[in-house]
Amino acid sequence: MIDNIIRILDKYWMVFLVGLWYTIWIALVAVILGTVLGTLIAIVRMSKNKVSKSIALVYIEVIRGTPILLQFYLFWLGLPYIFPNISDLTSVLIALCINSSAYVAECVRAGIQAVDSGQREAALSLGLTERNIMLKVILPQAIKNILPALGNEFIVMIKETSIASIFFVGELMTAFKTVQSNAFLALEPLIIVGFIYLVITLTLSHGMKVVERRLNAND
Amino acid sequence: MIDKPLIEIVDLHKYFGELEVLKGINETIKEKEVVTIIGPSGCGKSTLLRCMNQLEIPTAGKVIFEGTNILDKSVDPTIHRRKMGMVFQHFNVFPHLSVLENITLAPVLNKVMTKEAAEQKALELLEKVGLQDKVNEYPRKLSGGQKQRLAIVRAMAMDPKVLLFDEPTSSLDPEMVKGVLEVIKSLAITGMTTVIVTHEMGFAREVSDRVWFMYEGVIAEQGTPDEVFNHTKHPRAIEFLSQIL
Repeated sequence: MIDNIIRILDKYWMVFLVGLWYTIWIALVAVILGTVLGTLIAIVRMSKNKVSKSIALVYIEVIRGTPILLQFYLFWLGLPYIFPNISDLTSVLIALCINSSAYVAECVRAGIQAVDSGQREAALSLGLTERNIMLKVILPQAIKNILPALGNEFIVMIKETSIASIFFVGELMTAFKTVQSNAFLALEPLIIVGFIYLVITLTLSHGMKVVERRLNAND
Repeated sequence: MIDKPLIEIVDLHKYFGELEVLKGINETIKEKEVVTIIGPSGCGKSTLLRCMNQLEIPTAGKVIFEGTNILDKSVDPTIHRRKMGMVFQHFNVFPHLSVLENITLAPVLNKVMTKEAAEQKALELLEKVGLQDKVNEYPRKLSGGQKQRLAIVRAMAMDPKVLLFDEPTSSLDPEMVKGVLEVIKSLAITGMTTVIVTHEMGFAREVSDRVWFMYEGVIAEQGTPDEVFNHTKHPRAIEFLSQIL
């Protein structure tokens, strides 16, 4: 077993490395775009307009209430009707962004609502516009509340990209499948891939703790 | 004293749900006047003050500021708030900005001043309240009294026509109160129109042109400090003042 693992690593390390690269950038793009979209949705969700508010709420509930595998299939089957030449990878990326945006929206909303209401009142009393109040007063303070949740979301995304391997998008689980069918061994490459996942997620969560401590030290 | 009205409050009502907090307020604040609002907790003093710059939206009535009813649906309250500075009980300074940035944020974003002019003005104002050596500090390094003086300077930086103070010394340690009151007094003396909700009766008596005594959502008694503090006939005012003085 150990021998096999060493042999596989020796022969296929490049495949795993490419898989790792794909996993990281897919998750990163999904979280970054998801954060931008999620922030907008959070703002709409907190707006006074009842119609747009309910649309945002339905969006969040539908995405959080259905499995991500279903969402992958939905976009993979549905998007080609609108964009006939769309690649599997792009469909998967879009599905991940949309999925991420719903979770991020709730983090952002909680982070914004945790900012003391006196801050908004002070900004209002100075005659700032709603846009400036949000951008210059509320969001900079909310970020401290939101950042840890976003870090978590990134870790979740890294793991969820694995589900996208059913479409062979090139991330770590796809690497596992590739190695499996070439080396005629399943358990060994799976253990390798599992180990890689663990290293990334543990490193990230440790890094997050350090960042959090830094943020709180500034209080 | 110039007799030009700055703020006219006409038949102002405010409900919180079923509860009527303001039951028809009619008053005028003239330019350069210093008005103190006193009264027991829950009488509506803070709500009245917050209705003046629409932090609370009144249920009915008018607030006429410089001739415009700012409660009119077609009027943008943002424009009028720029001319009405407000100082809060809990300071509400911006913790993520330095002292200087706290002050220059609004004038620069509202495009009433260039960054350089706003910084120049901020430095002058900070010197007046004795915070010139805190320019680059962050609020977490300031005491309560210093935060409140910063909040006053922040409001002054917009060159307001009137300053509204909502219990400015209520959350300060006793030894900090005097310094803040002195800053308010120095502004009042220089002709800044000022409305203060306060429990500092000595201060009210000293600086006010007029005192409003509020009780259960109405202004039950109003007049000069001498009239209200020494010669009131209103039984609730007598009771309140006997408890507090």
